[in-house]
Amino acid sequence: MSVITYREALNAALREEMHRDDRVFVIGEEVGLYQGAYKVTQGLLQEFGPRRVVDTPICESGFTGVGIGAAMIGLRPVIEMMTFNFAILALDQIINSAAKMYYMSGGQFNIPIVIRGPGGPAHQLAAQHSQSMESYFYHVPGLKVVRPTTPADAKGLLKSAIRDDNPVVFIESETLYAVKGEVPDSPEFTIPLGRAIVRREGRDVTVVAYMGMMYRAMEVADQLEQEGLSVELVDPRTLRPMDTETIISSVRKTHRAVVVEAGAGFAGMGSEIVSFITEQAFDDLDAPVERVTGANAPMPYARNLEQAKTPSKDRIAQAIRNVCYQNGS
Amino acid sequence: MAATKVVMPKLSEAMETGKLIKWLKKEGDRVQGGDIIAEIETDKADVEVEAFGAGVLRQILVPPGDRVPVGALIAVIAEPDDDISSLLGGAAATVAEAKPAAPSAATQSPGAPPAPAPSPPVSPTARPAPITAGAPPSEPAIAPPPAPAGTGTSERVRVSPLARKIAAQAGMDLRLIQGSGPAGRIVRRDIEAALGSARPSAAAPAAVPVRPAALRPAAEGPEYEDVALTTIRATIAKRMPLSKAPVPHFYVTSEVAMDRAWELREQLNLLEGQPKVTVNDLVVRASAIALVEHPNVNASFQGDSVRIHHRAHIGIAVALDDGLITPVLRNCESKSLAQIAAEGRDLVERTRSRKLRATELSGATFSISNLGMFDVVNFSAIINPPEGAILAVGAVRQVPVVAPEGLGIGRRMHLTLSCDHRVMDGAMGAKFLQTVRQLLEEPLRLLI
Repeated sequence: MSVITYREALNAALREEMHRDDRVFVIGEEVGLYQGAYKVTQGLLQEFGPRRVVDTPICESGFTGVGIGAAMIGLRPVIEMMTFNFAILALDQIINSAAKMYYMSGGQFNIPIVIRGPGGPAHQLAAQHSQSMESYFYHVPGLKVVRPTTPADAKGLLKSAIRDDNPVVFIESETLYAVKGEVPDSPEFTIPLGRAIVRREGRDVTVVAYMGMMYRAMEVADQLEQEGLSVELVDPRTLRPMDTETIISSVRKTHRAVVVEAGAGFAGMGSEIVSFITEQAFDDLDAPVERVTGANAPMPYARNLEQAKTPSKDRIAQAIRNVCYQNGS
Repeated sequence: MAATKVVMPKLSEAMETGKLIKWLKKEGDRVQGGDIIAEIETDKADVEVEAFGAGVLRQILVPPGDRVPVGALIAVIAEPDDDISSLLGGAAATVAEAKPAAPSAATQSPGAPPAPAPSPPVSPTARPAPITAGAPPSEPAIAPPPAPAGTGTSERVRVSPLARKIAAQAGMDLRLIQGSGPAGRIVRRDIEAALGSARPSAAAPAAVPVRPAALRPAAEGPEYEDVALTTIRATIAKRMPLSKAPVPHFYVTSEVAMDRAWELREQLNLLEGQPKVTVNDLVVRASAIALVEHPNVNASFQGDSVRIHHRAHIGIAVALDDGLITPVLRNCESKSLAQIAAEGRDLVERTRSRKLRATELSGATFSISNLGMFDVVNFSAIINPPEGAILAVGAVRQVPVVAPEGLGIGRRMHLTLSCDHRVMDGAMGAKFLQTVRQLLEEPLRLLI
């Protein structure tokens, strides 16, 4: 067990998997000579050479298509999006080719590919570079979508994603790359996809959150503990397939739930989570499930407006008190 | 502001109809949620009816003296300008025919006395019970048990799914509960407060006023457990009812030396600011302790299993001129003697003045009947099913007693426990009684 950054954890996952399986290679903009725009691929070019760490022109649809083709003939590419905002340029490749090839080829071609890079709100990167992209992907049958919150999850889940025989969209975060945490050193350490985790046990309310919102919710949980509210935090980790069982059993215990997501609320992850809670745990609910979401607006550049768009600790705390009927109502 | 329907509440499982004794508010009066607006008579007791919503008592549909089915609309509370015709018109046509007199009379004399004299001799079936629509009282039409889906808005109770589930398990009528959530939604803490449950929940702070002194933590864990019947028990269960149907009683009697308890009670009653303690309070306290020690006595027969109760909800038989009511003092196992004395007295007084709350009428796991005040030496009480036992308490009498130093005078009291043989056997009842006797003979144990 070492204490390393989220960035180092991803780097270790890539290195270990490239050692383990020589079909694994990395492709993307600035992944080689520049050592990665966010230094996630640092040292890989030196270690594995230019055949396995491939710099590309600025053309997401092109190198994503190359990756899919490579996967069809038996390689296991890890495609880096410099940020997930640029993956929009490759949506046709991801949605129409990667996600559907297995189905449309009648099972002749599976696509063992990982498309990874940072996404989600960052600091003052404005509307085009600061957005939660997961909703564009988890809607698509055929794609798995991962959002790792901690360094250990980043490593364990990326390794599982690389070993998975299906296309996995793996969205990291600029704001978490420097976060440190304990990470197992073993090259055999993995975390299975589709498994949620209870990050904090509590009695009174279940809060579902991931990535930056999970860290925010943790602070809120500590603060509400002083008020006598015991908050259970559940991190889905994989958004698709979603581990509904862990979430439902937590809700059955606490009888109340709040879902926090950074992205815009309409048809967001929270909507889906609220739906299955209502379908599966209706009789266990003591209050309607509340969502705390980003505002339905493009991300503003101005710092104060950026803060206003993103779920704040106050809003999270307020939603928790609401479902616990702690607002004098 | 939504209008609120006032319906004849269902106060016990057996209750089918209720009689309106009197209206405490008249049409046009403004009421708040929780105000007592009427008194009704049930098969067991007179009970006050609370307003579950605020507004003006717009219309009274049942005159004093009338008996109506449970769930029947008896009044409507709404704001003065709200249109309540849809509420009145569950079966609009019949209402329109049956009702022209009453509303117009009300509007003409808004300050009319509580008996608004609806067009006098209306036949009972045509009486303004709009939902029944003149039909013979058919259960589903009158009081649909709060249905999971919105089966019409007429009896809609706002309640969280969880609260609905708990209430259903407890056999509690949701219409009797005042919700504390948004728009009056009934939530878990409301049900728990009504059940008198002390289940810890951070979401329900300060729901119950806490008496600081000598308060015991409520027992942890479930309210009861279901224990599978042993073969012997199943056989006994099958045979015993044949000898004395439906509950095969047996009785155990014991004599208790009450000298020290009597002395203790006198000392306690000299204390300033403490509730007066009666002999019955001492017996309740001793029984509560003994019930925890002998859970087999705190048990109910239920066909293929015996339900062992982990709370001592003790019914205290209160004699009235025209009958007997056994209100329930809940959670006696976690109450101090002072609490039992204070709450017991309050319960008895409210029973006599017929001001009991609905939740106090049922749910006992054990009962105590005391005829000591009538100088009864001993008697056998009849078990109050589904309880498994009842303790009959005789008078404390001064009698000659044989002591080591010779003949003396002592205070003695007879206790007779009636037991359901399907649940327990003689030795179980005897051991329970022995514990009660020991506690009363070493009464300081009742204070700890």
